[in-house]
Amino acid sequence: MRIFDPHIHMTSRTTDDYGRMAAEGVRAVVEPAFWLGQPRTNAGSFADYFASLVGWEPFRAAQFGIRHHAAIALNPKEANDPRCREALELVPRYLAKDSVVAVGEIGYDAMTPEEDDVFAAQLAMAIEYELPALVHTPHRDKIRGVARTLEVVTNSTIEPGRVVVDHLNEVTVGAVHDSGCWMGFSVYPDTKMSPERMVEILRVHGLERVLVNSAADWGRSDPLLTRRTGEAMLAAGFSDDDVDRVLWHNPVEFFGQSGRLDLTELPAASSTFEGNSILRGGS
Amino acid sequence: MASDECRIALDGLSDDGWLADAERRVARDPASIVRLFAGVGRHCGRAPLPQAEGWTADEAGRVRLLLALPAAAVPRQVEDLYRYGDADEKRAVLKALCLLPVDSGAVPLLHDAIRTNDTRLLAAALGPYARHLDQVSWRQAVLKCVFMGVPLSVVHGLAERADAELAAMIADLRAERDAAGRHLPEDALALLKQLTRRPEVRCASSIRTST
Repeated sequence: MRIFDPHIHMTSRTTDDYGRMAAEGVRAVVEPAFWLGQPRTNAGSFADYFASLVGWEPFRAAQFGIRHHAAIALNPKEANDPRCREALELVPRYLAKDSVVAVGEIGYDAMTPEEDDVFAAQLAMAIEYELPALVHTPHRDKIRGVARTLEVVTNSTIEPGRVVVDHLNEVTVGAVHDSGCWMGFSVYPDTKMSPERMVEILRVHGLERVLVNSAADWGRSDPLLTRRTGEAMLAAGFSDDDVDRVLWHNPVEFFGQSGRLDLTELPAASSTFEGNSILRGGS
Repeated sequence: MASDECRIALDGLSDDGWLADAERRVARDPASIVRLFAGVGRHCGRAPLPQAEGWTADEAGRVRLLLALPAAAVPRQVEDLYRYGDADEKRAVLKALCLLPVDSGAVPLLHDAIRTNDTRLLAAALGPYARHLDQVSWRQAVLKCVFMGVPLSVVHGLAERADAELAAMIADLRAERDAAGRHLPEDALALLKQLTRRPEVRCASSIRTST
């Protein structure tokens, strides 16, 4: 089983997790920019974070043969803090990078006027930089949040096929399916979505335009739930090809729209000095 | 001498016109380098350049853009391109330093690169421009190469600059590794052997161990 996790916050994971993921078939990831589990208080904090998403994390991932790409944005949660707003000016600089394959996570957290502004500004950046957009939906007031998100996307000139609306569930998937946007699902141990529920959604809505991710952030999460979802699909009678479609081809198709995906095989870590530092526990 | 390999890399770069156009734009409008610099790999490719060992097409293309900057714009752009660069951009900036009109002003970038645990940045920081690095920092950086398994062939002018203190540091690391049942890379052992053959090194080493 080969896996492309289209939304995973590796910043919050240990290097051992990269090893476990590689052993279970994860070969590529997209890490979208979000928060750090506690609020930032200045734009400089974003500059260091973005630098890590296009520097350190790809380096760490490469030790295990995993291709790491990023999505860059000022997230909706911190868009509400005026001290962080300057970070919005940093975003375009990073959207030009080779490994940045989307603008994200953008969207809504509490649906404030500030979030409206930052969401719209960053959708415009997605158009300017010819990148797809990864849109977070609120965990509270989700149904209205998704409706409002789709309204904003529709009113923008971005093509729905270049937008993934994420963190969906049984209640919100239908509207996104009908909109032409991609449907993202974050499978968690005990919230948002489970492998079994995910399988049922695939049965009802089909495999097209579906992205399954583990998110794996600072909450209780598991970077192997993509794999568990693939196994649940097989147990439910889906074919190997179906699993490959959802866990590999779909993310390749969606992020491939950036023209920047690099999925060529990485050299074996042992064959190059570039592979040695963290495997050896260097400090 | 220091920049010969870099020059060969720059000369060997083929261009379909994008790079030449980008150079003209950068010369006219230095701020345009921000977006152009980030996109070099997508236009020039990232393949190793056969005629210049250790250089890739994107690195050479990026160095060409830096060389196209008006001299007055170089210090600020170099600092910003490094600060906001991805790992490939940072590496290209580090490799370009020996050709740019920055004197010792860019030494803080070397310190930053050496502080990281990204072996590619560490290696790029130890090129010809590292002559501006003070000896204490330079030794630490070389020792870090040994520690992290970065081949010492990346260190420019190693034979001329390696001294007794570096030998003592490597010898201590070897003692720690031996105690743990691990070993130093062959190139570090060879360097140690070479350094401890010099009479003045033996002398300095014995002074150090007696304190």
